[in-house]
Amino acid sequence: MKSFHFSNLTNLRCIAYCSVLSLPPPMDQQQQQSAIQGAKVLMVGAGGIGCELLKTLALSGFHDIHIIDMDTIEVSNLNRQFLFRRSHVGQSKAKVARDAVLRFRPHINIRSYHANVKNPEFDVDFFKQFDVVLNGLDNLDARRHVNRLCLAADVPLVESGTTGFLGQVTVHVKGKTECYECQTKPTPKTYPVCTITSTPTKFVHCIVWAKELLFAKLFGDKNQDNDLNVRANKAASSSKETEDVFERADDEDIEQYGRKIYDHVFGYNIEAALSNEETWKNRRRPRPIYSKDVLPESLTQKNGSTQNCSATDGDDSTTVSAMPLLGLKNPQELWGLTQNSLVFIEALKLFFAKRKKEIGHLTFDKDDQLAVEFVTAAANIRAESFGIPLHSLFEAKGIAGNIVHAVATTNAIVAGLIVIEAIKVLKKDADKYRMTYCLEHPSRKMLLMPVEPFEPNPSCYVCSKTPLVLEINTQKSKLRDLVDKIVKAKLGMNLPLIMHGASLLYEVGDDLDDIMVANYNANLEKSLSELPSPVINGSILTVEDLQQELSCKINVKHREEFDEEKEPEGMVLSGWTQSPATNGESASTSNNESAVDVTESSSGPEIASKKRKLSETQPENHKRETENVESEDDDDLVEIENPMTVSKKKRVA
Amino acid sequence: MDGEELTEQETALYDRQIRVWGANAQRRLTKSHILVSGIKGTVAEFCKNIVLAGVGSVTLMDDSLVNEEALNANFLIPPDENAYRGKTVAEICCDSLKDFNPMVLVSVEKGDLSARSTEFFEKFDVVVIGYGSLATKKAVNEKCRKLSKRVAFYTVDCRDSCGEIFVDLQDYKYTKKKLEEKVECELNFPSFQEAVSVPWKPIPRRTAKLYFAMRVIEVFEENEGRKHGQCSLLDLPTVLEIKKKLCEANTVSESHVPDSLLERLITGTIEFPPACAIVGGILAQEVIKAVSGKGEPLNNFFYYDAQDGKGVMENISNSFTS
Repeated sequence: MKSFHFSNLTNLRCIAYCSVLSLPPPMDQQQQQSAIQGAKVLMVGAGGIGCELLKTLALSGFHDIHIIDMDTIEVSNLNRQFLFRRSHVGQSKAKVARDAVLRFRPHINIRSYHANVKNPEFDVDFFKQFDVVLNGLDNLDARRHVNRLCLAADVPLVESGTTGFLGQVTVHVKGKTECYECQTKPTPKTYPVCTITSTPTKFVHCIVWAKELLFAKLFGDKNQDNDLNVRANKAASSSKETEDVFERADDEDIEQYGRKIYDHVFGYNIEAALSNEETWKNRRRPRPIYSKDVLPESLTQKNGSTQNCSATDGDDSTTVSAMPLLGLKNPQELWGLTQNSLVFIEALKLFFAKRKKEIGHLTFDKDDQLAVEFVTAAANIRAESFGIPLHSLFEAKGIAGNIVHAVATTNAIVAGLIVIEAIKVLKKDADKYRMTYCLEHPSRKMLLMPVEPFEPNPSCYVCSKTPLVLEINTQKSKLRDLVDKIVKAKLGMNLPLIMHGASLLYEVGDDLDDIMVANYNANLEKSLSELPSPVINGSILTVEDLQQELSCKINVKHREEFDEEKEPEGMVLSGWTQSPATNGESASTSNNESAVDVTESSSGPEIASKKRKLSETQPENHKRETENVESEDDDDLVEIENPMTVSKKKRVA
Repeated sequence: MDGEELTEQETALYDRQIRVWGANAQRRLTKSHILVSGIKGTVAEFCKNIVLAGVGSVTLMDDSLVNEEALNANFLIPPDENAYRGKTVAEICCDSLKDFNPMVLVSVEKGDLSARSTEFFEKFDVVVIGYGSLATKKAVNEKCRKLSKRVAFYTVDCRDSCGEIFVDLQDYKYTKKKLEEKVECELNFPSFQEAVSVPWKPIPRRTAKLYFAMRVIEVFEENEGRKHGQCSLLDLPTVLEIKKKLCEANTVSESHVPDSLLERLITGTIEFPPACAIVGGILAQEVIKAVSGKGEPLNNFFYYDAQDGKGVMENISNSFTS
């Protein structure tokens, strides 16, 4: 098979013409080509952005590319991840992407890794071998992790994200520009427990209830704590009674059981909640709903028993579905209370009839049709009860599954922008580095808006080592709370190590002996002030993640009380000056977030302990326009400044 | 107009984009017919995007034979000489595009676009001319405008690391979201002829220079009988002469069109792949908007230049003089 080498095409043509005119080829062309040819590039992510990026890199003359992605291909990817075909479903994205690109550029070097970028094999030394790192990720966690490794390895990072028609590309060069975390990125939204269990006002609250309480209670791990029966009135009947409701006797008729559950959660529980007058003083009262008022006496007569349906016991669990049995075909259709109730009962019946073995082990999966049907129905019935507008299965699935809406075009545009920035980085053209925003509506005529990057934030705890301040009740909060909520969740450390002075309070690792592990486990259960090296007001903790080579200091301040609504975690981390998100980022790109991260799927339901918050799922997206873009008359470049910060923040170069 | 429901297969495949533009828009897309003429890097990107989006059909016109240059920036052509020998660019791209989405009808139409009758264009909802000559762009646009059916008309041209898109949707009604409401809007687009003949003097000073530079290049290619990419540094003196004449005729100073930009456009005849992805992406978004009738369309030029990183919309019509 004869083939051509394309890497020098542009250069050759240029050189050819110049030789005709006896001129040397333009310096910048030469420089650019050699920068590209000599570059070793790491791509993290082979999905929406990744496919477009790998293709554009290959076409642009890059020929040493490494690509990491832990995912496998799904049908819903195929509308934009064009390197994949239906026959590839289930295979590694990184591997298939590599194979596809080699088909039109057979002589380039692509190394694929079907692995999680957070794996220890991708340590600082691994990152050091690259000239630039290009992210095409879809979650904050991995982005922060890569950011830290790039800082530790001193390798430039080009970050990106897209959601629908919006997108952005940002450049991060240690010491020259902000790192990815210099501006705080919002973590996935969570809701107070009471809103979910007692006083929902939005549909998303109903979804979270249906997914993380009801579904989990019925089909998930029985040993998990579950707030489902939390009631305002604590003097209610004993929990033993309510436990029995959810337990199903082996010979209990499934439909009867289903109706019993229905009546309990939509009828009885609501009535019990109503008995607490205080809650409803300023709120709309929910109405209890009982199955006898909504459904015919027996569904088996109407629809035929589930045993008679065409599905057999040996059927693949993913094909079992309630909708066809009820004559419901269109996932975009809005169901009324009756239809939702029918789906509720039918879906529940199908779980017990066809997927009995899985009960007790299930977690919600957006690709599990029956689970989506059940959660949609349950959320809608609850919504009806509380006077909240109902939603279609299609919409509910998006909310429950944190589905990020996505199209090929935005990813293609962003990929082009990433390559352009990557080339600038390789040429060390610092003056030319830009953050570029893809807008849905033109702002000052611009659909693609370049902005100069900011200098590093001197208070950034990641790249500038500023200590943080943690307000916490040192007598009540346990070390476990600090590890889970602060060190892992907020600081994004995977393998943390916590020291108080010379005393090692906690660490993780494979090389720990049993005594140490037992010791650390014991420490987790102690309140801070009770630790072997007591952590009290004024204590300074050192927290490290060796893989990320990140170390921070936390100044601990004791505080007695925390507001349950505003500070539900019972602790507040602060102290670094949050750089006001005043460049175009905050307003232009995000839908429901206030800063740069456009592609943000929730890290999944987080059920911590005690005063925990239920992790929520992203609400429906609202597209926001860019605001307040200033521009000087003769200036070619758009400057976006908050007048308050002009003196504090300086532009690069 | 919206007819039947999407099939289950379509709903599953297009789930993520339906969440962007809705099921109605998706239905309209699956019924749309797109004509594309002139396939190089940017247009290859455009075709990939609309095929993935699930349009009804894409008809490709490009009889040039595959050669080394065609392979640059065009990932639709596998670099196997045995596979593409003797085949046209359209034929090879057709096979690759079908692969991206078997639900889209991709076909090849041979012959000269400018020789086609007005009735030919009636089959389509959208016509895209890539790298076309001034004469062809004018002629096809006129034919599209003659039809009683509204055919959306686009031109795209990418050189070096910049590009131009032109849009003509004639009289266009669409909906857009204002705050939480849907608002009905209407726009009136100038024809291609009008848009490129607008006197330069009244055009606002801060308009993208590419607009003027492209007009100079158009005249140069027409005068010299050149196609897109058939030029070099040797042609610079001729191009600058044309620029001088155009500036004089429009009573503007020569600084109106930077020489450096013209030089870039005639020496950088090969497209820069990242710019192809960007311009091809924007063009596809526009076509999708026009077909679905949803969202504010570009009105009426778009310019991208990797050197300053800006992607701007320019509105250029005779309204400046009125």
